[in-house]
Amino acid sequence: MSVDFKELTDQEYKYGFVTDIEQEIAPRGLNEDTIRLISSKKNEPDWLLEWRLKAYNHWCTMKEPRWQNVHYSPIDYQAISYYAAPKKKPNSIDEVDPELLKTYEKLGIPLNEREMLAGVAVDAVFDSVSLITTFKEKLAELGIIFCSISEAVQEHPDLVRKYLGFVVPHNDNFFAALNSAVFTDGSFVYVPKGVRCPMELSTYFRINAENTGQFERTLIIAEDGSYVSYLEGCTAPKRDENQLHAAVVELIAHNNATIKYSTIQNWYPGDKEGNGGIYNFVTKRGRCLGRDSHISWTQVETGSAITWKYPSCILEGDNSVGEFYSVAIVNNRQQADTGTKMIHVGKNTTSTIVSKGISAGFGQNTYRGLVQIHKNAEGARNYTQCDSLLIGDKCGAHTFPYIEVKNSSAQMEHEASTSKIGEDQIFYLKQRGLSAEDAVSMIVNGFCKKVLGELPFEFAVEAERLLSVSLEGSVG
Amino acid sequence: MVKKPMLEIKNLHVKVNDQEILNGVDLKVNAGEVHSIMGPNGSGKSTLAQVLAGRDTYEITEGEIIYQGKNLMEIKPEERACMGIFMAFQYPVEILGVTNTYLMRTALNAQRKFRGLEPLKPVEFAKLLKERGKIVHMSDDLLQRSVNEGFSGGEKKRNEIFQMAVLEPTLGILDETDSGLDIDALQIVAKGVNALRNKERAFIVITHYQRLLSYIVPDYVHVLVDGRIVKSGGKELALELESKGYSWLEEESRTAVPVNA
Repeated sequence: MSVDFKELTDQEYKYGFVTDIEQEIAPRGLNEDTIRLISSKKNEPDWLLEWRLKAYNHWCTMKEPRWQNVHYSPIDYQAISYYAAPKKKPNSIDEVDPELLKTYEKLGIPLNEREMLAGVAVDAVFDSVSLITTFKEKLAELGIIFCSISEAVQEHPDLVRKYLGFVVPHNDNFFAALNSAVFTDGSFVYVPKGVRCPMELSTYFRINAENTGQFERTLIIAEDGSYVSYLEGCTAPKRDENQLHAAVVELIAHNNATIKYSTIQNWYPGDKEGNGGIYNFVTKRGRCLGRDSHISWTQVETGSAITWKYPSCILEGDNSVGEFYSVAIVNNRQQADTGTKMIHVGKNTTSTIVSKGISAGFGQNTYRGLVQIHKNAEGARNYTQCDSLLIGDKCGAHTFPYIEVKNSSAQMEHEASTSKIGEDQIFYLKQRGLSAEDAVSMIVNGFCKKVLGELPFEFAVEAERLLSVSLEGSVG
Repeated sequence: MVKKPMLEIKNLHVKVNDQEILNGVDLKVNAGEVHSIMGPNGSGKSTLAQVLAGRDTYEITEGEIIYQGKNLMEIKPEERACMGIFMAFQYPVEILGVTNTYLMRTALNAQRKFRGLEPLKPVEFAKLLKERGKIVHMSDDLLQRSVNEGFSGGEKKRNEIFQMAVLEPTLGILDETDSGLDIDALQIVAKGVNALRNKERAFIVITHYQRLLSYIVPDYVHVLVDGRIVKSGGKELALELESKGYSWLEEESRTAVPVNA
């Protein structure tokens, strides 16, 4: 009986090509010299080098965490190269290596401003360096700073020094400490008081070089009454070995400021048998510092062999709002352990969590979330909805919700469901003329609707398409 | 010259889990005709509908089904749909987060593509939807809601007929569309089907009760008992069944026909 849920055709990862370009790659291995090399390549001030070394020395005392519900062979941190950059560093779009321009065109991200999506500014990060940031001048007219973090270190050192590690300290956790020691590039955004950023800001991360890790660091600061919407996208070539991606993202929202942060993560997931793929071990956290501040995380996680991340909000300001909307798909041998932490500190703080996990093939999907209401967080409210969808009978869905309430005025709601795509649903849609794959894609998109609706319009369509591609071959 | 039937079922035997459900069904349906299949519970009526639509939980052990001159058994369910076979489900499923409108647009354009037609322009589609919605009193609200989510029993059945009206099939199969309907809903559904009747289109109406057939008047009535059609006739047969029940036919079928070895 039942639909033939076969492990089918090898799903083609569209972005698996390698760009052939001359690169400068640091020797493999990690020690103080590696860090000094990175720091000097970037011409960094002493305080930053010291901060990196402090993080490194702390990292040396830490153990890799093992509590997460994912399984992988030990990572050899000495076998990774921590810096890779194209040899020629461009000053403008005209100087960018044509091979690189082609790469981004193939990825659907033309870097030429004339050809770009109207209303989207892009920072393109290729391995360890930011290549180019578009629309920079236009944004600068409004006082908005949008550039690579390396550039920010040079041009706006006071801001970087003030806020780097402000949300995720150098010793926060194993991978965050590693990132603090060796981070190479990432985006920096500063939106001044009262400014509403008129376009979507986005960073496009691309891993290209072999045996390298990518350790980017993103820092977004929204001053009083400002608004910014930011999106990141990620891809990597197909390779047989695993590659480590350990990023840190810090968000700071002051009084009445709003930051919307969206992720479309499509790192190479590995092949059908689980060889290769990216280890996506990421620390993302925001502080709602001011009154009425608002941080919203939206993520569509379709790639990576292993995804391990918990975009979180610390709701310090009174009336501040934290949101987390997530779609995580695992297919074949992918594993994901993802969720959020909502820490309610201020009064009348509100948080919303909507998590949609989809498991297919042999994939294992875990939702892990913490909602914490502190003693003085009078009138806090949380709504959590956590749904899992299973395709086939070899995959798994797991949920670990934690709730800690220390103030009796809190209102907590938690809804959860687990369902299977039914043979009857697929047959119903086939009977109306849809192919099996289109039927599954329609059901999955319907399941994720509440989350996809949170994405900026320009990217919602892309995300829907990606969901279909990720599930190709999951149903026969 | 004898014209070829739209659908011809010959000596159809079907098994589920090693149990024989259909036991040698023969049926011919021509364009423009409405055939009603009646019979007691468990006689195989719904199985016949599902097999025609292409559900793969059923195993065809013998016989053949020819539709528009093609061997239907070799054709996938979605292609059958594109070739104009539509089944109104007895238990329509819910699909969360997918609006009726979106489903209809996707389905209609998939079928058009199969037939080598361009997708319908949004304006034309909206017009079509509105026009066909009227036939079964579909409110805008029902069109914009997730497919069948929280629909009442009657709304679900109306939705099936609405979908049929949008997709304009060649062969409509109604699987106990009358079950669970009150008299008003029954009339709306019947009116919808009647509005779709024409010379090119045929219907197979599966039902327990004669009641539906006083609104959708069939050309032929067949009685299915123990997986075989034991009696065929005109619309009067339905009335006879209504007054006499099925037991006399069940008796007849048992004594007259030896059970297949």
